[in-house]
Amino acid sequence: MPLPRLIPCLDVAGGRVVKGIKFQGLRDVGDPVELGAAYSDGGADELVFLDVKATLDGRGTLVHLVRRIAERIAIPFTVGGGVRSLDDAQELLAAGADKVTVNSAALERPELVTELSARLGAQAVVVAIDADGGAVRSRAGTTATRLDAVTWAREAEQRGAGEILLTSIDADGTRNGYDLELTAAVADAVDVPVIASGGAGTAQHVKDALDVAQAALLASILHEDPERLASLRTELRELGVPLR
Amino acid sequence: MNVAICDYGAGNMRSVRVAFARLDARETDDVLAADLAVLPGVGAARTAMAGLRERGHDTLLRERHERGAPILGICLGLQLALEESEEDGGVECLGLVPGRAARILEGCVPRIGWANVDDRGAFYFAHSYAAVTPAATGWSEGIVAEVRYGSFVGCQFHPEKSGPLGAAYLEEVVDRCLSRV
Repeated sequence: MPLPRLIPCLDVAGGRVVKGIKFQGLRDVGDPVELGAAYSDGGADELVFLDVKATLDGRGTLVHLVRRIAERIAIPFTVGGGVRSLDDAQELLAAGADKVTVNSAALERPELVTELSARLGAQAVVVAIDADGGAVRSRAGTTATRLDAVTWAREAEQRGAGEILLTSIDADGTRNGYDLELTAAVADAVDVPVIASGGAGTAQHVKDALDVAQAALLASILHEDPERLASLRTELRELGVPLR
Repeated sequence: MNVAICDYGAGNMRSVRVAFARLDARETDDVLAADLAVLPGVGAARTAMAGLRERGHDTLLRERHERGAPILGICLGLQLALEESEEDGGVECLGLVPGRAARILEGCVPRIGWANVDDRGAFYFAHSYAAVTPAATGWSEGIVAEVRYGSFVGCQFHPEKSGPLGAAYLEEVVDRCLSRV
């Protein structure tokens, strides 16, 4: 098995990195290019960029911003938010993304996952799932669906998703720890890597997540102090997590 | 130093371009005459081979290999240099290097993430198929990580995505090309 991954996440709205709690009350926490570069240089294993308002505002993802970040970093780069078609995905890959995430559009039309995987390869397709308890929500958490996270993750895998990015809305921004029960349930149900997201507050939280998932997404815990990434890596190594 | 990056129309060639630009390599379209030809790795084997043939890159790369001119294959680019791939129900590849690409059967597939290559440190991998070849020169968790055969060097990992260690790997490839001249 490859080594566990730490993945800083830039939630972007209006060209700025924002962070809320349980998807609400978004605050400006910095410039995406500066933060992305700081994380890449600071030992991030990967970087995720989510245009969190894209689906709600009906805008395409901020392609020019993606291009600027991609030019500056030398680690894998995943981009999502508002990806509704193969064309959207290819535009992001051409701008320098290595993988795209799909969420709301895949819930509305699951064939999108199949199409993206067939054309781009499974390794380039990440299905993002936002869950409240076990229930999947779409459109940045604003809309309920009838799906449960485990069922949807299985279907996404069968359709060719290369990874599952699982965010617990309950835990998001709380810094009270990841939803381990949900993460373990999804990770047990699929063979593709699962990225745990939402709730990181301490190194122990991250270690707990990495015990059940292949990667941990980090946002609130880092943005106010990007240098926290380096100290977090040290603490995790001391806890016995084999980081690169 | 100039480098020809064989675009086969499959997506993100940009990070490879950026990585070579950082090493001050100039890009050229001349696959035959370039100091180094790079076969990047994105997408699926069948579409990639079709893209190479469409652009005539398959013939040029074979000719280049016969002349002993350096070629670097990255990820799928390494697999395309083999004789065949199991992907997409079986695909005939370039045949620059003996062997075939076979589906990974153990662990999470796609195999995504950073993994150690022998004692050289960790590089970034993202693949569902891996080379089975007598030309392996590097290993990662029992999987072929690097291949050398004549003037061909292939890496299963993505040096352009592997931080400072990856940049050093590419620099070494470039330095070897320059020292040939």
